[in-house]
Amino acid sequence: MGRYVIRRLLQMIPVFFGATLLIFLMVHVMGDPVAGLCGERRCDPATAAQLRREFGLDKPVWHQYLAYMGNVFTGDFGTAFNGQRVTELMATAFPVTIRLTVVAVVFEIAIGIALGVITGMRRGRPVDSSVLLLTLVVISVPTFVTGLLLQLLLGVQWGWMRPSVSPDAALGELIVPGLVLASVSLAYVTRLTRTSIAENKRADYVRTAIAKGLPRRRVITRHLLRNSLIPVITFIGTDIGALMGGAIVTERIFNIHGVGYQLYQGILRQNIQTVVGFVTVLVLVFLIANLLVDLLYAVLDPRIRYA
Amino acid sequence: MRGARPARWAAGAAAAALTAAACGGGGGGSAPGVLSASWGDPQNPLEPANTNEVQGGKVLDMVFRGLKRYNPRTAAPENMLADRIDSPDSRNFTITVKNGWRFSNGEPVTARSFVDAWNYGASLKNNQKNAYFFGYIEGYDKVHPETGAQTADTLSGLKVTGTRTFTVRLAQKFSTFPDTLGYAAFSPLPRAFFDHHEDWLRKPIGNGPYRVASYTRGFKMSLRKWDGYRGPDKARNNGVDLQVYTDTNTAYTDLMAGNLDLVDDVPAAQLKYVKNDLGGRYINTPAGILQTLAFPFYDPRWKRPGTQKVRTGLSMAIDRNLITRTIFRNTRTPASDWTSPVLGTAGGFKAGLCGAACRHDPHRAKKLVQEGGGLPGGQVRITYNADTGSHKQWVDAVCNSINNALGDNEACVGNPVGTFADFRNQLGRHSMPGPFRAGWQMDYPLIQNFLQPLYYTGGSSNDGTWSDKDFDRLVDRANAESDRASAVRLFQRAEGVVRDNMAAIPLWYQNGNAGYSRRLSHVALNPFSVPVYDEIKVG
Repeated sequence: MGRYVIRRLLQMIPVFFGATLLIFLMVHVMGDPVAGLCGERRCDPATAAQLRREFGLDKPVWHQYLAYMGNVFTGDFGTAFNGQRVTELMATAFPVTIRLTVVAVVFEIAIGIALGVITGMRRGRPVDSSVLLLTLVVISVPTFVTGLLLQLLLGVQWGWMRPSVSPDAALGELIVPGLVLASVSLAYVTRLTRTSIAENKRADYVRTAIAKGLPRRRVITRHLLRNSLIPVITFIGTDIGALMGGAIVTERIFNIHGVGYQLYQGILRQNIQTVVGFVTVLVLVFLIANLLVDLLYAVLDPRIRYA
Repeated sequence: MRGARPARWAAGAAAAALTAAACGGGGGGSAPGVLSASWGDPQNPLEPANTNEVQGGKVLDMVFRGLKRYNPRTAAPENMLADRIDSPDSRNFTITVKNGWRFSNGEPVTARSFVDAWNYGASLKNNQKNAYFFGYIEGYDKVHPETGAQTADTLSGLKVTGTRTFTVRLAQKFSTFPDTLGYAAFSPLPRAFFDHHEDWLRKPIGNGPYRVASYTRGFKMSLRKWDGYRGPDKARNNGVDLQVYTDTNTAYTDLMAGNLDLVDDVPAAQLKYVKNDLGGRYINTPAGILQTLAFPFYDPRWKRPGTQKVRTGLSMAIDRNLITRTIFRNTRTPASDWTSPVLGTAGGFKAGLCGAACRHDPHRAKKLVQEGGGLPGGQVRITYNADTGSHKQWVDAVCNSINNALGDNEACVGNPVGTFADFRNQLGRHSMPGPFRAGWQMDYPLIQNFLQPLYYTGGSSNDGTWSDKDFDRLVDRANAESDRASAVRLFQRAEGVVRDNMAAIPLWYQNGNAGYSRRLSHVALNPFSVPVYDEIKVG
């Protein structure tokens, strides 16, 4: 187990460097960011040259990348064009997005798995068909439609909530945005669980468990679910990374100032330091989430051993 | 229907949790007499000489008062901190600061507060993006050389001659120089700005009607009425909470739901419904913004004599009335000169100066384009940035107009660029394949500001590198003219040169618009399309 973890951690190193280099190059292809800082006019050449020097933009790209990575390892992610440290931006943005992601994942797990179990156990019944239809609708409607619709209905028409999230972004305020963010994944989780449950329901060990006279609840939670959840866990694990980085649309609709907002603003303003910094952290989150998922397999399925 | 039950249960639970959260959360303008207003994250640090966009400008307008202030209604430059500004020759100015003004930390505003601030703004090492505003002052080439290291720290043209007086010597004659002093870059700065710069940036200190109570960067700024303010324009409310919105649509939704009091940029998509939604609580007033199509004169195909006919033809092909009415819902007005109505006739605005060249006339348009040798390359590609505003819609509409007039579906196509920064890059590299979007928001309400930066040889925003000796000569003469009316006449003659060559096609004058809640009254926008916060009454 320990060796497996170490091997996986070592594998992360090339992935990490490759991913950051790719982002770095992509942001650079967009061109000189200083030109966009002076409004509808040419930056005066002296100030522009000075800014380029200060942000290290006058050096060749490989040099910039090395210098940047060197700084990252000392915890310095550079300074955004508005003079704020990128670490400062991260300190405000990540807690918000993590809260939002937690809300979304809780919805995925609670509603997604519950619906999956219900439909999986009653395959072909009206419950099953109607939930299937519902998930199909959710999957096919884009997030921004569900988001704007809920915002308009709950926020403006019925007045149940504030249409936008306040700067504190408390957990309670994030429930609707979290639901919107989770909606598509939630539908997938339902479908995955359903298929998995339906398949395993006929497995020998389930029949044995029932034959032993175990109560139905125990058969489902202990025997059936535990085995059926492996693909679902994989999905949710990778989804955590996707939810954190992919919340741009949801964050925009509900005015949540999290990672998505900083990335969006960073890209619009070609703020290399912000974009590369945030994406680097997201890459790390993604890698670690994947590792945790793989380790969880062993817990769920004793047959899986890591050496 | 049993399957739907869990979903409904979840929605119910979510709603219950939300109402609970809403009770604890508290609304936007919860403090009495304080209004909440939409804001965008300022692009640059909030230093006066480093702020060149409207969002940072809003804050500076509340927190600072300069020597002059532009009247929020008439745009006329009026003395604010300036007691008097005298000049014998339009080149040497003696400025006397009024007595009794203070910064909100108690420090008195003196001549030195100005001179230090201007020196800071001009100095290359401080990276101030508005440094060129000090370019008229003698010694600027030493503190801010085009290339190489700076050889001086302070402008030799600035001298403190007393606690409340200082002198300014310009590098050349510039009669309307005092009228430019209402621009935020010329604001005075307290010692705290220099001595504790980081702290100052976290919580700016100024001499305006409001003081910054708290500032969470990227989220919210709370400004409160400063009771020690002695100026004539004291705040009539207790404060303003500026809230950052990523999307103007969300701000508008918040206004509808009663969580926000003031939105100063109604999104284009909502303009259709705004009358229904807000009734009389929607304002749409002219701002000092002109949209034009400029041309790449570095491209020999556009420089060739005779192409002015092609450009005039293109101008006449555009149905400005139709586009401003249908796409912009009258938040733009068809342009008929190269300035803005906010200048007023005395200030140099002259409706109809463009004449027939700005009137929709498809037949003459087609004829002129043919006389001028046809479109260079057989097609014009209008370049614009697609990330902000509704540029795509109007560029497509303009192209449609041109195609209809010329009877050729391929005559004009849009050429979108992903981001504004990239668009500016391509402009800087002189790689425009054809006409391009050129928007101009005035820095100060003078006709000079609508002409010199854009069409003077080497002007800071002359992105098409248009150059004309007659134009330059007229502008020089106008700047040296001490009589305001004759200066304006000379500028208008220079504008005539722009027209005769159709250096840029004027499209429309842009309005500022805003919507507000029932709690507010006396809401207005100034000519810079910034709300006049201090006049707003709450409740």
